[in-house]
Amino acid sequence: MILILEQLLNGLQYGVMLFLLAAGLTLIFGIMGVINLAHGSLYMIGAFAGTWVATTTGSFWLGIPAGLIAAALVGFLVEATVIRKLYARDHLDQVLATFALILIFNQMIILIFGRQPIFTPLPEVFYGSIEIIPGLFYPPYRLLIIAVGLLVAVGLYFLINRTRVGMLVRAGSTNRDMVRALGVDVRLLYTVVFGLGALLAGLAGYMTGPILAVQVGMGEDILLATFVVVVIGGVGSIKGAFVAGIGLGVVDTMLRAFLPTILRGFMAPSDADAIGASVSSMGIFLLMAIVLLIRPKGLFAAGG
Amino acid sequence: MKLSSVIKASVVAAFAAATPALAEDALKIGVITTLSGPAGYLGQDVRDGLQLAIDMEGGKLGGVPVELVVEDDGLKPGNGRQIAEKYMNDEGIKLLTGIIFSNVAGATVPDIVDNGAIYISPNAGPSNLAGKGCHENYFVVSWQNDALHEAAGAAAKKLGYTKAFALAPNYQAGKDAIAGFKRTFGGEILGEVYTQLGQTDYSAEMAQIRAANPEVVFQFHPGGMGIAFLRQYQQAGLLGTIPMVLSEPSTDAVVLNAVGEAAVGITATAHWNRDFDNESNKAFVAAWDEKYDRPITYYASQGYDTGLLIASALRQTGGVDDIDALREAIRKADFASVRGEFKFGKNQHPVHNWYQLDIVAGDDGKPVAVTKEVLLENYGDSYADQCEM
Repeated sequence: MILILEQLLNGLQYGVMLFLLAAGLTLIFGIMGVINLAHGSLYMIGAFAGTWVATTTGSFWLGIPAGLIAAALVGFLVEATVIRKLYARDHLDQVLATFALILIFNQMIILIFGRQPIFTPLPEVFYGSIEIIPGLFYPPYRLLIIAVGLLVAVGLYFLINRTRVGMLVRAGSTNRDMVRALGVDVRLLYTVVFGLGALLAGLAGYMTGPILAVQVGMGEDILLATFVVVVIGGVGSIKGAFVAGIGLGVVDTMLRAFLPTILRGFMAPSDADAIGASVSSMGIFLLMAIVLLIRPKGLFAAGG
Repeated sequence: MKLSSVIKASVVAAFAAATPALAEDALKIGVITTLSGPAGYLGQDVRDGLQLAIDMEGGKLGGVPVELVVEDDGLKPGNGRQIAEKYMNDEGIKLLTGIIFSNVAGATVPDIVDNGAIYISPNAGPSNLAGKGCHENYFVVSWQNDALHEAAGAAAKKLGYTKAFALAPNYQAGKDAIAGFKRTFGGEILGEVYTQLGQTDYSAEMAQIRAANPEVVFQFHPGGMGIAFLRQYQQAGLLGTIPMVLSEPSTDAVVLNAVGEAAVGITATAHWNRDFDNESNKAFVAAWDEKYDRPITYYASQGYDTGLLIASALRQTGGVDDIDALREAIRKADFASVRGEFKFGKNQHPVHNWYQLDIVAGDDGKPVAVTKEVLLENYGDSYADQCEM
């Protein structure tokens, strides 16, 4: 029981991380119609910039604004110089251009920080694990990630549903051309959305630094899962990204944790381990296939 | 028009700057290595170690002026093969080295040796090229892949552990790692978990380890995966509760630096360590520290050893025109390896010692690997007997 609860928390933590990345990606895809493969690079930039400031100043907390600002600035820059030229082009051109951005950013990080992964400090308070309920020990840093992720989700909910910008975002993801026809400055809206997406990616990057490795190419590892979240959740839907992110995080963690053990019940251990590992690595893609079979546009597709 | 001429001019300038004092007749050594992506530091260290050996002899190896030709394989077997063919056919290079990863080596090495060129591996030592697939033109300076993990198994056994939990990514090298560990460990394996290649979150695995409660954990996760694993192991409160024994790739200096105090207390195994007390190693470490502002890894030591081996052979032959003579000269392994005793086994893979290292906190709190004792003496590999040469 405690093991299941612990894995649920793990799934939740992985899920909110995916949500932070997917929220930006789904808005960019849904509103601007741009497939941004370089979203993982913004995640990497947030991680490197934040970690660099944290190591230089010795303060973990100062790293947060640094990571956010760096990712958002680079996001604005990329939008203004590259993405803006791609709105009218087809998806293949966008994939090509943003893939080139991945290579450029990876090489730039190598030039600045070198090829070696860098050390990410963690404040003393987050060392070890705390007992949440009797018998369940959990690393406090992961709880922080869950809390930050949920806070961002609430914040985004208010931003999207209660503000004028949010209204435009919603309108934009439902019918882009109509928004433009009504005289809204779409270009500004696009820049804001892209910057917001970059900001969230930077936050995700910096927050995962102490758990993972801050290194070149770290964005590509998580990009695939992020796209799966976007597709399952429905392109352009923040709500979809949230539900799909958490769902995917939990399903992925549960499969990895329990499938081999369940399979061991009725087959040889070596077969169970091999099949368990293979099926659980396919898990999120199977889930995507099933969801698309039932709802071809994803769970909460904007624009119907 | 203007832009393209500017580019052309700067390209010409860059090349002119990069190749200032190369003698026309410098012997070219072809280096195929991995420089891009997260694993790029491995290739960078091998290349720089090799270059260091050349620089320390004033641009020569064994008295022969040499020049390194370096290209990035991008961790793609197809690229490695293409680069090798270009080196051999277009540039007439007869001595090649540099490959980091076994999958690249598997696709590239047979092509090189069949073409009559010599290949000296500074890192990858896949089993299929060590046993039946061995070749007289193929030498390995580093180790045979399985031996890395056999050393870890031997360490776990020597420390008296009988129940282990083993984890590795679900790909060939991961399976070989666990197989190698089991071969020398001999105890009971409570759980064998295959993680996904490129996995970032190991919380599910941590819970499984805690539930199985083994006496020791063995895990092999190269590069960033290993860093994530060690940090999460500490954050899950397992470090200090369940001991961990690791093979060499999991504890190179770069990994230790990135992991920080989460590595302190781990038992590591290695064939080389920075603190080895021999003349050759002292000279190497001092030269590295003077030239580079980054931690020295065992990859660098292997690149350097490759340089010394080539130097020892060229000193005897004076060049690469007589491949048979060169091969014989390399086989003698008449050089002072930074790891101490070194000789080639029957399959031209190393026979050398493996050591147990303890990861302790250094003066600045950062983890340092300290050599404890010899674990396996004059150890070759499990495939040499299958090699008919």
